[in-house]
Amino acid sequence: MAGRKKDDTITADTFLEGVWRENPVFVMLLGMCPVLAVTNSVMNAIAMGVATTFVLIGSSTLVSLLRHVIPKQVRIATYIVIIATFVTIVDYIIQAISLDLYNALGAFIQLIVVNCIILGRAEAYASKNRPLKAVVSGLGMGAGFTLALLCLGSVRELLGSGTLLGFSVFGSQFEPWVVMILPPGGFFVLGGWLLLFNWLKERKEKTEVKEALHAR
Amino acid sequence: MSSTAPLPVAAASSARMIQVLGGIAMLSGFLVVLTYQLTLPRIEENRQRAIERAVFQVLPGATTRRDFLVDDSGVHPASEGGGGTKVYAAYDADGQLKGIAAEAGARGYQDIVRILYGYDPACQCITGFAVLQSTETPGLGDKITKDARFLANFPLDARLAADGKELANAIVTVKHGSKSGPWQIDAISGATITSAAVGKGLNNSAQVLLPRLQPHIEQLKVQP
Amino acid sequence: MHADSLTYIFLNAAIINNFVLALFLGICPFLGVSAKLKTAVSMGLAVMLVMLISSICAYAINSVLVSYDLEFLRLISYIAVIASAVQLVEMSMKKFSPALFRALGIFLPLITTNCAILGLALFQTTKEYDFVQSVSYSLGAGTGFILALVLMAGLREKLELAEVPSISQGAALSLMLAGILSLAFMGFAGLGA
Repeated sequence: MAGRKKDDTITADTFLEGVWRENPVFVMLLGMCPVLAVTNSVMNAIAMGVATTFVLIGSSTLVSLLRHVIPKQVRIATYIVIIATFVTIVDYIIQAISLDLYNALGAFIQLIVVNCIILGRAEAYASKNRPLKAVVSGLGMGAGFTLALLCLGSVRELLGSGTLLGFSVFGSQFEPWVVMILPPGGFFVLGGWLLLFNWLKERKEKTEVKEALHAR
Repeated sequence: MSSTAPLPVAAASSARMIQVLGGIAMLSGFLVVLTYQLTLPRIEENRQRAIERAVFQVLPGATTRRDFLVDDSGVHPASEGGGGTKVYAAYDADGQLKGIAAEAGARGYQDIVRILYGYDPACQCITGFAVLQSTETPGLGDKITKDARFLANFPLDARLAADGKELANAIVTVKHGSKSGPWQIDAISGATITSAAVGKGLNNSAQVLLPRLQPHIEQLKVQP
Repeated sequence: MHADSLTYIFLNAAIINNFVLALFLGICPFLGVSAKLKTAVSMGLAVMLVMLISSICAYAINSVLVSYDLEFLRLISYIAVIASAVQLVEMSMKKFSPALFRALGIFLPLITTNCAILGLALFQTTKEYDFVQSVSYSLGAGTGFILALVLMAGLREKLELAEVPSISQGAALSLMLAGILSLAFMGFAGLGA
C-alpha cells in the first residue's frame, strides 16, 4: 500500500482511500469481530468506531514518530505494546464517560488490541510515513471503519428494535425482527451489504464494457 | 519488508533493542498510570451512581444508602473491610430504614442473569428486583423487567421459619397461572427459563442471607 | 447442573455461547482458513493449544496483578503473554515435532491477533473463574472454535460444487452461511437448565 508511494504530499486521497477504496471492513474484510459484535444499535456502533479511530490515530502517531528508533527485529512487539497502551487509555475514558455504554460494549473495547486494522496500519503505513501523513491516513481508515459500523448498526437497530438512536421510527404497530439484534443478524446484515456492493460493482463493470463497445 | 533490509537498523544490537523496548514500556506505563489516576474518581463516581440507581429502584422511597458485609458472625460496615456478602441498606429522607438490597444470580437461558433485589424487614418480603446483567433473548427474556403480571409477583413473601435458620417457604417459580402462595413466582409463559432463573437466584441468596441478616436488623436501623 | 460446574462451563463455552457463532470472536481465521477441511482442523488444534497455555498464564498473571493492585496493566500483560505463548509453542513444536510444525506452520503467528484467545483470557477474568474452571473454560472454547471451523469448512467444500450467482461468491455467501449456523446454535440455549 504505502511502499510504492515515496512522496510526502498529503492529498485528499490520503484520507479518502481508507473511507472508500480501501475500506477496512467492506473491501479488506479486516477487524470483523467488533463489526459483528457491537453493531446491535447505532449508539454502540458510533462509540466503537470513535474508540477504534482514537487508538488508530494515537498508535499511528507514536509509531510514526519512533519509526527511526525502533529496531526492526522487535518492531511487532513494540507496536503491540503501544497499541495496548492506547486501548487501556480508551478503556478508562469510556468507563469515566458512561458505565452503561461500557457494559454494552463489554470486552470488545479491550479487544481493539487484536483488531487487525490497527496492527496492519502500524506495520504497513505508519512505520514508513511522516507523523502528519500517518495521522491523516489513520483518520481516514477510522472514518471508513466507523462508516461501516454505522451501516450495520443502523440496519440492525431499525429492523431489530424498530428504533434509530433509541427513537421509535415505525411506531408501536411494528413487530421488531428480534433476530436482527441477535448474533445471526450480524452475519446476515454484513452479508447483505457485501452482496449489495458486489452487485453495484458488477453493474458498473457491465456498463463500462457496453460503453467501450459503443465507442468502437 | 525484505526490500528494506540493507538499512542501518539491521545492525541493531541486543543492548539497543532492550533500550528501545524498555523506553517504550516506560512511556506506555507512564501514559496508562496517568490516565488511570485521572479517570479513577469519575469511574468510582459512575459505579456508585449505578449501584445507587438500582438500589433506589428496588426500594422505592429510599434516598441514602450504606454498605454492609454480612457473614456468620454478624453484620459489619463495609468500610471496615473483611469478607462476607455485600448488602446495601437504604434509608428514606427521615433516616428510617427502608430496606436492604443484595445481589443474586442464577443461570438463565443464555448465561447467568444477575439481579439486585430489595428486602423489606418490616413485612419480611422481597419488594422487587432490578437486572444488573443479562444476555437473555431480547423480546422474550427481558420481559422479566417489563411484564406487568410478572412484576405483580412482588412483594414476595420471604418470612423466616420458626427456628430462624431458613425461609418458612422456599421461593419457587411455578408454571404460568398456577401460583397458589405469596412465596411463589408466577412464570411468564414464553420466558419460563428466565423466570425460573429469577426465582432460583432469589431463593439461593435469600436462604443464606436473610437468616444471618434478620437477627441483626436493629443494628442496621441505627443511623451513624 | 449448577452454574459453576465444570461440565456447564465447558458446554457453555463450546456450544451455548460458542466463541465464533455467538460471541463473534475469531471471525478472521473463521472466514480465512475455513475453505478446506484439513487446514481448518489444523488451525483449530493450534488455536486450542494456545488457548490452553495462555489461559493458564493469564490466570497466574491475574493473581499476581490483583495481589499488587496493578489491574490497569492487565491488558498489556495479557497480550504480551499471548504473543510469547505463541512464540513458545512455535519454537517447541519446531524442535520436538517437526511434522506437526510443518502442518500448522503458517497458522501459528496468525494466532496472536486472534481475538478468541485474548477474549478468553479477559472473559475468564471477568467471570472470576478459579484455576480448574479456567482450564475447563479454555478447553470448551477451543472445542467450540474447532467445531465452528470444521462445520463451516465442510459446508464450503460442498458449496464449491454448487452454482451460485456471481455477486454472492466469496465472503458474502460465507457470511450468510455463518448466519444460518449461528441461528442453529441458538437452539442450544437453555441446554441443561
